Amino acid sequence: MIPEILTFGDKGFGDELLRGTQFTLLIAASAYIIGICIGLIGASAKLYGGGFSRASAATYTTIVRSVPEVVLILILYFAGTRGINNLLGLAALGPIEVNGTLAAIVVLGVVQGAYHTEVFRAAIQAVPIGQIEAGKAFGMGGLQIFRRITGPAMLPNAIPGLSNLWLVVIKDTALVAVVGNYELLSTTASAAAFTKRYMLFFVTTALIYLTITLVSNYFIGMLENRYRRGQARLV
Amino acid sequence: MNWTWFPEYFPLLMQGLWLTIQLLVLSMVFGMILAVPVGLVQVTGPKWLAAIAKAYCTVMRGTPLLVQLWLLYFGLGSVFAAYPEIRQSMFWPILREGYFYAVLAFSLNTGGYSGEIMRGGFLSVPKGELEAARAYGMSPWKVLHRIWLPRAVRNVLPTLAGETVLMLKSTPLAATVTVLDIFGVILRVRQNTYIIYEPLITAAIIYMALTFLITRAFGHLENQVPSRR
Repeated sequence: MIPEILTFGDKGFGDELLRGTQFTLLIAASAYIIGICIGLIGASAKLYGGGFSRASAATYTTIVRSVPEVVLILILYFAGTRGINNLLGLAALGPIEVNGTLAAIVVLGVVQGAYHTEVFRAAIQAVPIGQIEAGKAFGMGGLQIFRRITGPAMLPNAIPGLSNLWLVVIKDTALVAVVGNYELLSTTASAAAFTKRYMLFFVTTALIYLTITLVSNYFIGMLENRYRRGQARLV
Repeated sequence: MNWTWFPEYFPLLMQGLWLTIQLLVLSMVFGMILAVPVGLVQVTGPKWLAAIAKAYCTVMRGTPLLVQLWLLYFGLGSVFAAYPEIRQSMFWPILREGYFYAVLAFSLNTGGYSGEIMRGGFLSVPKGELEAARAYGMSPWKVLHRIWLPRAVRNVLPTLAGETVLMLKSTPLAATVTVLDIFGVILRVRQNTYIIYEPLITAAIIYMALTFLITRAFGHLENQVPSRR
């Protein structure tokens, strides 16, 4: 039996929580995709780059992975907001209110990128060098080798790390609540403060996060089985 | 760059650093006390106990730490506050503090993560060593504290180092429940002086230094263990 306060409509907070969940999933998925893009760039910088790009990639991953996410989120949130407004000022445009959701996506994407960099770097390194040399011997270019050989061959190695990061990014979206937003935890906190039903709301939200994690786990299991076909079974 | 705030807030920062270290050490100690039985019963315990331990790990690892912390601080805190018996009891000065809930939430959380790590650790000890210990006539308790536990902990030391760093990076969340750890002090500086970047960068540097120290300390510990490599 669902208490009235959690129902949909005027009397309950059901629709607010649903919207919060949607925002959380939107932020998590977008940040994850940005993280993958940064990760691929970072990994190739670390593996194939020159001295400068190697050093910058190393600095980026070291800093992001040793500073707490909350601190990074605050730094990037304020720096990003001010940076955009400075750019707009240069273009003789007035300051704008930076969209909180967009800022959260970019910030979490930058944080995720550092972890994705390491996952991809390790996965690419695990591809036997002979396969890449064979590609070169066939006269393939760098991108062609990546698309035909390194990319597909590293995926099975990268999938456990990638699925772990998906679970991490879902939990990290909750940290965005520190700067205030429309995602699930912020919504819950304001609903709880408004109604004084703290226990009820926080338990409900914990259950929603748990459901997202468990459903993700189910699909991750399917994905891992698919990409491990043809590889030796782990014990 | 504006560092005029620094001398004034330096003593407070040091107190914050001390609080952060306290939070980290207490959570890791209580977390490990929880993690050993949680890991152990999943390997040898009766089915129902293993199922409870597994569910505990799943819940702790499947929900954000901030939600767990706020659930305990706001949720449990408001339940406690509703009972005059608790409010007038001698424990109320502790139960009123954000610090208590922070340690509680962090310990429970890292207990779940480290419980999974310890489960892997217990599984990684070769069966022959345990059989040898039993053949010497050691009681199950003796096997555990002489052979199984020390071997398991040594095997997972690198993973535990990673978990400790993750825990350190979670301690700033305590600032959201009024604890004046490093991050809490930094937020206060920001509030009082309207300076944004310099305090945050200071915090980042302090956390990086702490991370470095933790990795070094665990590296030292790992070197204490003789191993064939």
